[in-house]
Amino acid sequence: MLLLPGMYMAADSPIHRLDPRAKMGAALVLMVLPFSVQRPLAYLVLIGVVAAVAWLARAPLKPLLRTLRTVFWLAVIMFVFYFFTTPGRPLLTLGEITVTWEGLIAGGLQVYRLCLVVIVAALLTYTTSPLQMTHGLEALLCPLARLGVPVRELGMVMTIALRFVPTFFDEMETLARAQRARGAEIGSGPPWRRLRSLVPVMVPLFVLAFRRAEDLAVAMEARGFRCSPHRTRLYCLSFTRWDGLAVLLVLGLAILVTR
Amino acid sequence: MPPFIQTRGLEYAYPLDGRVIRALRGVDLTVERGEFVALIGPNGSGKSTLARHLNALLIPTAGEVWIDGMLTSDPRHLREIRRRVGMVFQNPDNQLVASTVEEEVAFGPENLGIPPEEIRRRVDEALEIVGMTGYRHHPPYMLSGGQKQRIAIAGALAARPDCLVLDEPTSMLDAHGRQQVMETLVRLNREVGLTIVLITQSMEEASLAHRVAVMDGGRIVLEGSPAEVFERAEALRGLGLGLPFAAEMAHRLRGMGIPLPPGLLTVEELARALCTSG
Repeated sequence: MLLLPGMYMAADSPIHRLDPRAKMGAALVLMVLPFSVQRPLAYLVLIGVVAAVAWLARAPLKPLLRTLRTVFWLAVIMFVFYFFTTPGRPLLTLGEITVTWEGLIAGGLQVYRLCLVVIVAALLTYTTSPLQMTHGLEALLCPLARLGVPVRELGMVMTIALRFVPTFFDEMETLARAQRARGAEIGSGPPWRRLRSLVPVMVPLFVLAFRRAEDLAVAMEARGFRCSPHRTRLYCLSFTRWDGLAVLLVLGLAILVTR
Repeated sequence: MPPFIQTRGLEYAYPLDGRVIRALRGVDLTVERGEFVALIGPNGSGKSTLARHLNALLIPTAGEVWIDGMLTSDPRHLREIRRRVGMVFQNPDNQLVASTVEEEVAFGPENLGIPPEEIRRRVDEALEIVGMTGYRHHPPYMLSGGQKQRIAIAGALAARPDCLVLDEPTSMLDAHGRQQVMETLVRLNREVGLTIVLITQSMEEASLAHRVAVMDGGRIVLEGSPAEVFERAEALRGLGLGLPFAAEMAHRLRGMGIPLPPGLLTVEELARALCTSG
């Protein structure tokens, strides 16, 4: 099993039950809001709202906060950049360098925004299965199909990619073991050597992937696959009153905090 | 009514590295409705190529393939032929498309544009037939090889085919998986009346069929009931093929001068014959 920060966690919560389209739309709004609000109170309100969503989704607090680690260095770099480059009232002067109160605030704000975006994204992936995500994305992108964007095909590609992730992980492990048995040193030494040592694993992995792709294409054709509007779905997305309510609440929040 | 599958003078050739490979050189095969036919033969004898002609994945370069009265070379019949003839392939990992069992089984009906409630009914029914109802929400990669192949069979069944063509479905499975798959196939044939064409390397599996066709060099060289075909031990050995265990045993015992009736295919039959002859 693959365990990553921001992986899907099956549970039964009001947030899990929301339609993926509503959830993705709401998440998008919640990710944009930290960048468009001005007042200090609004910043606090946003934190409160995200915390409330996390509570409703029964998201475990620790793993959720741990997803912030993935952007730790990015946050540090952003903070330092704003801290040292924003002009304003001097806070500290060390020789040539002067840092300002405004710099401190601007840097802190950037970190705050980044963290909120990551937490909202993590909440979305925690509560939405990859399958639902694919269906939702496909549905949301549907208007683009009129412009000739192959939305259905992309959806199929995503579905198949998700299906084969664990298969390829298994395969990679088997290959690594096989190459180790032949004396290859995989995943040890300095970074450059470690990267190079992956070659004997990656090359056969790609060859096998192409063979799989060919087999899969034949199997799909044999089962009458075609990308067309006539395809139906076992699961249809259903947009309920709750989904409407959720979207309205988030939009209401957006209007309230950006006013 | 015409036979369900009929090939007439079927030939298939394709270019490879500047040469022309003649994979099939005039195959005449007839499969009746409800029949269980096993195709055996050495590697490269054209079994898989023949199988792929049976649901129009390949179109003959010469000759004809008729499926349920429809010519495979007519593109108008393509979808209907693919619905009526379900295919199961050798590698269980390379033919599963979706990330849950029920979505996998639903793939065929989804392609046919069947309404969701009907898909739901068919998925439940197909999973029931192969005995995998309890696994509907599992991701396929968590299943054993035999279970994956049963899901592939369920996926084919959900399109409500009249016939299943299986290309060495058990060759990558362990003994337990083989048994699961073969039991499912025999049950589908005997109870549901599904027509089955099974390509196999295993002579025990072939002996479960109504009829066995032996291929070599792109032709059918021997055809008949399992009892008839497995009497021809020398001809099969010439092709590098063996006999089912009981038939092999009977053959050797006969060679040692023990009188045994022809057509012994199972250990039980052999044991009974030995008891009565002694």
